[in-house]
Amino acid sequence: MISGLLASAFERPTTKDFVWSCWFGKAPWCYNFIFFLLTIVFVTFVLLFWFAFRRPKVVPGKFQFIMESGMEFVRQQVVMSMIGPEGLPFLALLATFFFFILLGNILEITPFVMFPLNSRIGFPIVLAVISWVTYNVVGIRRQGFFGYMKLVLFPPGVPRALQPFIALIEFISVILVRPLTLSVRLFANMVAGHFLLAVFFLGSIALFTGFPYILGAVSFAMGTVLIGFELFVAVLQAFIFSVLSASYIAGAMATEH
Amino acid sequence: MVGLAIHLAGFLAATLGTPIGKGLVYGLAAIGPGIGIGILMGKSVEAMARQPEAAGVVRGVMFIGIGLIEALALFGFVLSFIIT
Repeated sequence: MISGLLASAFERPTTKDFVWSCWFGKAPWCYNFIFFLLTIVFVTFVLLFWFAFRRPKVVPGKFQFIMESGMEFVRQQVVMSMIGPEGLPFLALLATFFFFILLGNILEITPFVMFPLNSRIGFPIVLAVISWVTYNVVGIRRQGFFGYMKLVLFPPGVPRALQPFIALIEFISVILVRPLTLSVRLFANMVAGHFLLAVFFLGSIALFTGFPYILGAVSFAMGTVLIGFELFVAVLQAFIFSVLSASYIAGAMATEH
Repeated sequence: MVGLAIHLAGFLAATLGTPIGKGLVYGLAAIGPGIGIGILMGKSVEAMARQPEAAGVVRGVMFIGIGLIEALALFGFVLSFIIT
């Protein structure tokens, strides 16, 4: 009887939780919950930067200080440590990656939203394609097409006999797999995080209605702890995406020695 | 040994598409990255303990390494949903 009660109350989270119906408009091009979240992120992004840097002061106020330390973090930890001073033209792109992904991920633990924007594969794919185009264009501009291919396919210090295999592996890993891993890493992290939270909170609802109430409290406590963990994951994924983009750009800029 | 491998392959083929198979896909995909992250974190802590002044650099590189390794396990996670 208890198991029947539990089974009726516990809704297993599935991949269908990530599909939302249209609010208005027609099926392929319509305004739904995802698009609403994108609007929230866009407006927040613009407002944050607009209010922080609208009238910058020499002695910054609290808000300007927070945003400035965010930009300083991207500048020091992402651009300067991965590319160096000649990477500063890419600061705008990498900071945009960082803050867009961060805001999209934070929605996962925002009350009344609780849905990560980047758990829809469309957003990570577009970001990864932008990153892919950027580092390839930078490489081709700096080295010329054949110079860039030579840099990618024939790393120095490889024995002659192994060169064809290394070239094949390098081509696959640099040109094909990099955008895939970039996008899937972000996407799968967010999906997994959403599933974790869903399992523990839906589970605690189910257990509170069932017999061993104490287990509901345990599940709820675990979910609360996981919210903190998901905050860490959100920041980490934004950081890793921008750092890896920076390191790919740095690899494309590198000159032969 | 070969017989065991054949039995294991048959078991995997029979479970693919069932919930057990999906769990197995993720579980098998998590073995390698688990070992990898263990080695990575252990070596990073060792490096930070030996040279505390280099802790910042080590931590940055460590997070990049975690990101790279983690992708492998997450491929298995995504794959377990794709398999029907």
